[in-house]
Amino acid sequence: MIEVKDLVKKFDNISAVDHISFNVEKGEIFAFLGPNGAGKTTTIKMLTTLLTPTSGEIKINGFLANDKKDEVRHSFGIVFQDESLDEDLTAYENMEFHAVLYGIKKGLRKKRIEELLKLVELWERKDDLVKHFSGGMKRRLEIARGLVHHPKVLFLDEPTLGLDPQTRNFLWEYIKKLNKQEGMTVFLTTHYMEEADKISDRIAIIDKGKIVMIGTSKEIKEKTNSDLLEKAFLKLTGKPIREEFANNLDHMRLRRRIFRGRR
Amino acid sequence: MNSPIYIMWLRQIKRYWRSKPRVIGSLAQPLLFLVALGFGFGPIFEKAGGGNYLEFLAPGIIAMTVLSNSLFNGIEIIWDKQFGFLKETLVSPVPRYKIILGRIFGGATVATIQGIIVLLISLIIGFKPINIFMIPLAIFFMFLISTLFAGVGTSIASKLEDMQGFQLIVNFIFMPLFFLSGALFPFTDLPLFLSKIIKLNPLAYGVDGLRFSLTGISNLSLLLDFFVLFISSIIIIIIGSYLFSKTEV
Repeated sequence: MIEVKDLVKKFDNISAVDHISFNVEKGEIFAFLGPNGAGKTTTIKMLTTLLTPTSGEIKINGFLANDKKDEVRHSFGIVFQDESLDEDLTAYENMEFHAVLYGIKKGLRKKRIEELLKLVELWERKDDLVKHFSGGMKRRLEIARGLVHHPKVLFLDEPTLGLDPQTRNFLWEYIKKLNKQEGMTVFLTTHYMEEADKISDRIAIIDKGKIVMIGTSKEIKEKTNSDLLEKAFLKLTGKPIREEFANNLDHMRLRRRIFRGRR
Repeated sequence: MNSPIYIMWLRQIKRYWRSKPRVIGSLAQPLLFLVALGFGFGPIFEKAGGGNYLEFLAPGIIAMTVLSNSLFNGIEIIWDKQFGFLKETLVSPVPRYKIILGRIFGGATVATIQGIIVLLISLIIGFKPINIFMIPLAIFFMFLISTLFAGVGTSIASKLEDMQGFQLIVNFIFMPLFFLSGALFPFTDLPLFLSKIIKLNPLAYGVDGLRFSLTGISNLSLLLDFFVLFISSIIIIIIGSYLFSKTEV
């Protein structure tokens, strides 16, 4: 379902993603783990056509991401790491906006929006402006929105960040159910190792732009001689904190883009 | 309706309608200009044989309102970049030119509504249009001006990340556009170089078209006004679509 070959993304000659290759099978739940600044979000952005790779090949649902952008865009849904709702619209309007962009006809649109909003328990609040929602409600709405067009692949970029255990539990249960019932492929990143361990079929651990290990949770634990995924993760990626490096890279990108824009 | 352009447009109208402070706030400046300049310069203008200054000024101030609202509308793209909503539109399977068209028409409609409100205010202050049936033509010209400058604002915003930078640039181009458009003074008896500069300013044709529809006085020709605005709008929409298609988040 997702085929990545020799993917590279460079910002000012620094490789944020450095020659990575992997495949995700149809119906698989695949976790992409790594410390801050490892290249997770950059990879997701390339997989979802938001960034153009420096080199390499991406195929989603059989379509080349560089070539058949619109087919690729139809194939996936995404829940972003940071918020991406219009807070001045209501929950329903956000859903409707999405459905129209994906070309879903009116009758079907109404039915699906109602279905999904009921599933994430927001139907009662459908006419409230999103700015009055709590963090957990917004997350639920974003997930519902990502599913309106029945994507073949769902990308989740740290979907549970800052959510309480109840909401986290709800989300994973729901995503597992979708995965089982509809055979939907799920590609996720998270910092919570227990979650990744529990939910995913296979895991890739990425550090400094390279995949350091890929396999089932069991395989990774065996190869690293660890009893917990968290320990395996620390063994593979080391203990130094990466925050600074990531921030610098982000800043540089931002500054460079602003500068380019002003010129 | 099931079109991405329409839903983009509708979103902007809804956002506009829901932010009343913005509506009222952006009317303060044109009102001040109308009252202070209209009544302040009125007596001198009349003594100099120019006739009623308010009659001359009102179309210019309407053009100013439309100009600033449409230019500054581009800030919504930067807003969307910072608040993440832009990603939602960029991952969708909608051609980039449709996204930009929806935005430009949304911004242009909002600016036109603001222009109509200022027209109503000027009627209350004492402005008398020459022919009520010409008002639709005036609104049409407001929309042409708005489309052009919503395109300019959107194009600039496509290349920028921060709001301060955007405000700086837009303020920088707003002043010369407005002052050198014939909005405040007639450009018939000006030094040659100045009237040449004014004729290079597309807003001058918008002001002229508006002034003709509202007062019957025109320095240029109505057909020329229309074509200059129309063609520059098309050019800027093409530029805007191109710049926007290069946007990465």
